[in-house]
Amino acid sequence: MARVELQGLVKDYGAVRVVHGIDLDIADGEFCVFVGPSGCGKSTLLRMIAGLEEISGGDLLIGGTRVNDQRASERGLAMVFQTYALYPHMSVRQNLAFGLENIRMPKDEIARRVGEAARMLQLEPYLERRPKALSGGQRQRVAIGRAVVREPRVFLFDEPLSNLDAELRVTMRGEIAALHRRIGNTMIYVTHDQVEAMTMADKIVVLRDGRIEQVGSPIDLYNRPANRFVAGFIGSPRMNFIPCTVVEADGAGAVVEDATGRAISVAVDGRGLNPGNKVDLGVRPEHLRPGTDPESGAENGIAVSVGNIEQLGGESYLYCSAADGREVTVHMPGQTGIRRGDTVMLAIRPEFCHLFRASDGVAQQRLHVGEAAGQAL
Amino acid sequence: MFSWLLGRRGRNGFDLTDWLAFGFLGLGVVLMLGPVLWLVLSSFKTEAALQEFPPRLMPLAPVMVEVSGHAEPLPLYAITDGPEAGRELAQIRRIGLNAQMVDPARPDEVLNIHINDREAIRSVAVATENYTTVFTRFNFLLYFWNSTFITVVATILTVLFNSMAAFALAKYRFTGRTAVFVLIIATLMIPPTITLVPLFLVVSQMGLVNSHWGVIWPAIATPTGVFLLRQYMLTIPDDLLDAARMDHASEWRVYWKIVLPLSAPALAVLVIFSVMWRWNEFLWPLIVLNRSEVFTLQLALNAFQGELQTSWSNLLAMTVLTLLPITVVFAFLQKYITQGIAQSGVK
Amino acid sequence: MVQIRAAGVALYEGAFNLLERPMLALQRVLGQHRLAWVFLLPNLLIFGLFTFVPIILNFAFATTSGDRIIIGDRPYVGAANFASLLDCESYLNPNTCRRDLFWRAVHNTGWFVVLQVGFMVLFSLITALILNRDIVLRGFFRAVFFYPVLLSPVVVALIWKWILQRNGVLNAGLDWAGFGTVNWLLEANWAFFWIVFVSIWANMGFYVLILLAGLQSIPGDVYEAAEMDGTPRWRQLLRITLPLLMPTMLVVLVLSLIRAVQAFDEIYVLTGGGPGSATTLLIQYIYDVGFATRPRVYGLAAAASLMMAGVLFVLTMAQLAATRKRGEDG
Repeated sequence: MARVELQGLVKDYGAVRVVHGIDLDIADGEFCVFVGPSGCGKSTLLRMIAGLEEISGGDLLIGGTRVNDQRASERGLAMVFQTYALYPHMSVRQNLAFGLENIRMPKDEIARRVGEAARMLQLEPYLERRPKALSGGQRQRVAIGRAVVREPRVFLFDEPLSNLDAELRVTMRGEIAALHRRIGNTMIYVTHDQVEAMTMADKIVVLRDGRIEQVGSPIDLYNRPANRFVAGFIGSPRMNFIPCTVVEADGAGAVVEDATGRAISVAVDGRGLNPGNKVDLGVRPEHLRPGTDPESGAENGIAVSVGNIEQLGGESYLYCSAADGREVTVHMPGQTGIRRGDTVMLAIRPEFCHLFRASDGVAQQRLHVGEAAGQAL
Repeated sequence: MFSWLLGRRGRNGFDLTDWLAFGFLGLGVVLMLGPVLWLVLSSFKTEAALQEFPPRLMPLAPVMVEVSGHAEPLPLYAITDGPEAGRELAQIRRIGLNAQMVDPARPDEVLNIHINDREAIRSVAVATENYTTVFTRFNFLLYFWNSTFITVVATILTVLFNSMAAFALAKYRFTGRTAVFVLIIATLMIPPTITLVPLFLVVSQMGLVNSHWGVIWPAIATPTGVFLLRQYMLTIPDDLLDAARMDHASEWRVYWKIVLPLSAPALAVLVIFSVMWRWNEFLWPLIVLNRSEVFTLQLALNAFQGELQTSWSNLLAMTVLTLLPITVVFAFLQKYITQGIAQSGVK
Repeated sequence: MVQIRAAGVALYEGAFNLLERPMLALQRVLGQHRLAWVFLLPNLLIFGLFTFVPIILNFAFATTSGDRIIIGDRPYVGAANFASLLDCESYLNPNTCRRDLFWRAVHNTGWFVVLQVGFMVLFSLITALILNRDIVLRGFFRAVFFYPVLLSPVVVALIWKWILQRNGVLNAGLDWAGFGTVNWLLEANWAFFWIVFVSIWANMGFYVLILLAGLQSIPGDVYEAAEMDGTPRWRQLLRITLPLLMPTMLVVLVLSLIRAVQAFDEIYVLTGGGPGSATTLLIQYIYDVGFATRPRVYGLAAAASLMMAGVLFVLTMAQLAATRKRGEDG
C-alpha cells in the first residue's frame, strides 16, 4: 500500500504539451477517480503513473520513493485496461498466473493466490476457459483478478467499465467498490462517466486539457463546484446556466436579473462583484420547481415555456425554453399535470443557486451549503 | 452467350449452362490431374513396358520365358493366324516382317512367323523395383535429406527473423522506423533473379559455394514475410502488450509469449510459403551447388534427366517421390493453403 | 502425437530461455525503444549482405569486363557491356545484332510474356467465373486447379516431358487417330507452344484463386438488385461482375507479367532453351552467359539483368499502384 504523489508532472509529445504540470496527492488507501471529457489527458496521466508512458517533467513518488525512471513492472502497480487486454491464447488460470510466473514465484504460492482471487471474484467455474468463452462481465472480473493476484501497492483502472452494457456497469461498479472496501489498497480510476466518479470515489480529480480543474470529494464537487466547467460536468442532467447581470452584491448575498429583466436573489458571497457585471446563474434541474401561477410575479424565479415532457412515473423531466430561447431542464419527483406548450414560472430558492463570473467562469462562494443540502425543497 | 458463366444453383433442373460449366470443369480436371496420374501410373511400369509404343494404360509387361539354349529370357507370343495359329511361341529375333520363333517345349525347332500373325502375351507387372533402385542405386535419401535440411532450417530462420523484424516494425516507435520499413518494401521490387551475379560473388567470398548455407542465408530475409507478419501484428492490441509489461514481462517475453502465439495464423501462412519456396527452388541452388553430393532433390532430378543413359523408369519413380511430400501436405492443409494465398495475394 | 507436441513445447520454451537473459540485459542497457533495433538486426544484416550489397555490386559488374569474380581484378569498361548488348542494325531482327542470342532471348521473352499472360489470364478468368457459380464440388475443383501450383518446376517439366516424348502418350493418341507423330520438343514452333502451355498449366491455379477471392468479395445483393431490375445474365457479367473485378484483374495482370518476364525453371528443364535458341528466355541467357558456359562473362550477365530490372521496376510500380487501388476499392 502506498501514497502516490504527483509533483508538477508534465507530458510532451514532441512539441505538443498534453499534461501541464499536475500536482496531486493521493493518500494511502484512497479511491481516487480522474474524470474529464475525452482528450483531457486523464488516461495519459494514468499511463505515466503506470510507467507505460515516459514522464517528460516533474516527479512521481510512490510510497515516498521517486519512481520516474523505474520500469512499469518495477513500480509495484497493477492495471485494469479498458479493453481488458486478456491474453486470448491463455486460459483464465494462465491469465491470472502469467505475471506471477514472470517473477518466478513458487508454484504453490501462485496456486494459492489464483485460487483466492478466483473465489473472491466468483471465477472458479471458469478457470480453464479461454477469454473468448466468457461474457463481458466475466472478462472484466478476470482482468480485475489479474491485478488482484499481484497484490500491488496501487491499483490502476483505465475506463474499465466502458465496454459493458448499462446494467452490468452498475453491478461491476458495486463490485469494484466492494473490492476496495475489502482490500483497502490505493486505487486510481480513470473514467469519463461522472456517475462512476460520484458513486465510487473518495476523491475526484476533474481534468480538462491536461490541467486539474478541481479536486475534492464527490459531494463537495456537487455542492461547491469551483467553476462553470466542473459545475456542468458533475451532476446529471447537467446544471442549467442562465446569463444574468448583477444588480447588487455584497457579502450577505446578491441580486441579479435575467435577460427579461426579472430580478433573482442568490445566496452567494457577492464580494468582488459589481453591479452591471455579467454572470451565469447556475441552477441544477432538481432544484427547480414549477410554480402554480406564472402571473403572480412574486416568486423568486424565471418564466419558461414547456417543450418536451418525459414522465417516468416516479419522476418527471421538463425540457423548457427561457425567454431568450435558452434550454432549461427541470427534474422533479412524482408526476405532473403540466402539458407541452404551457407557460410556467420556475421557482428558484436562493440557497440552491450558483453564480459564475462570465469572464472566467469562476464560482462565487455559496453561503448556506450545509443547511441547503439538508433541506427539502 | 455469356450466360453459362453466370448461372446459379437453386433453380430447378440442370440446364445447358450447367452442362457447359461441368463440361469445362471436367476437361479441366482431366488436363490438370491427368498428367500427374499418368506419371504415377507410368512410374510402376517396367523399363520394357515404358519403351512400348503405343503405351498401355495399365502397367503390363510382356511375359518372358526361359528357353534352353538361349541365355536371355524370350518374350512369349500367342499366334493368331497362319498355320501355327493357337500356339504360344517365344520370339528369338525379328528379321524384317518375319520373326524367328520357337516353342519353349521344343527348343530345337525354329519357326518363321509373319509379325502380324502374332500378339504379345502380357500380364500385370507392378515394377516396384523402380522405387527400390531409386533408394539403392541413386542415393535418393541423400538428396531428400539435403532438400529437407535446407527447407527446415531456412523455414525456421525465416519465421524467426521475419517475425522479430515485423514485431519491431509493428509495435515500437523509434526513429528510423519508417525508413527501415520503406527499405524492406523496396526490396520487394528487386527479385533475386536480378542480382544473380553479385549474389554469387558474395556467397563465394563467404566460402558458401557448394554449401547448403549458401542456399539458406540469401533466402531467409524475405520482404514478403516481414510485410505479411507486420500487417498481422498491427491487429494485436497494444493494451495486451502493456498488460504483459505490467505483469513483469520483459520485451523478449512479450514477443515470445504474447505476440508470437497470437500471430499463429500469419506464421502458419509464412511457414507454408517458405516450405514451398525452399522445397521447389531451382535456379539459385543450380548456381551455388555444383557437386552432386550437395544436390537438392530438384537438382538431382534435373541432373538425371540430362543424362542420356538414365532410364525413364527410375526417373519417373524419383519424380513421384519428389512430388509426394508436397502432395501429402496439400491434401491435409488444402483449405488453409488456398485461404492463406487468396488472402495475402502472394505465392 | 502427445510426445511430439510435448517436444515442440519443450523446444519453444528452451529457445525462449536461451535468449531471455541476453535480451533482458540488452533491454536494460538500451531501453525499451532502442531494443527494436535488436529485433531488427538479424533480418537487416541478411538483407544488407544478400540484397543491398548485391544491388550495388551489380553496377560494378555491369561496368567491368573479364571472367574474374573479384571486382578489383576486373578492368573498368564503362558502358561497353551495355553498348555491346545494344549493338544492333535492327532490333526487330536478332541476326543483325552483335549479341544475337541476347536479342533472340528478348524476342522470345516478349512473345512468351504476351502469349502466356494473355491466355493464362483469360483461362483463369473463365475458370474463376465458373467456380464462382454456386456449383457442387466447388472446393474439389478449386483444389484440382490449384494443385499444379505447388509442384516444383522440375517435376512439372518432367511430367510433361514424359507425355511429350517421342513414344509418349500424346503421340500415341495422335497415331491412333491417324494424324502421325510429332517430335514436340524438337520442332521450334511446337516447343515454344509447349513452354507457354506448360507454364500456364503450372501457374494458372494461383490466379484462379485470387480472381475467385475477388469475385466472392462482390456482395450478392448487387446481383439480387440487378435481378429485380430484370438485367439479363450476360449484361450482369459485362456491367457488374467485370467492372467490380477490375482492380483484382489489374493485380493479377501485373503480377503475372512480372513472373512471366522472369520465367526460367520449367522451361530450362523441359527444353533447355532449345531447339537451337527457340525457347531461350532472358533469365536463361543471363544464366548461360554468367554461369553455365566458360569463360563466364559476368559483365554481360549483370548488364542484361540491369536492363531487365528496369522493365521489372516499371511493372512493380504498376503493381503497387494496382494494389493500392484494390485496397481503396475493397
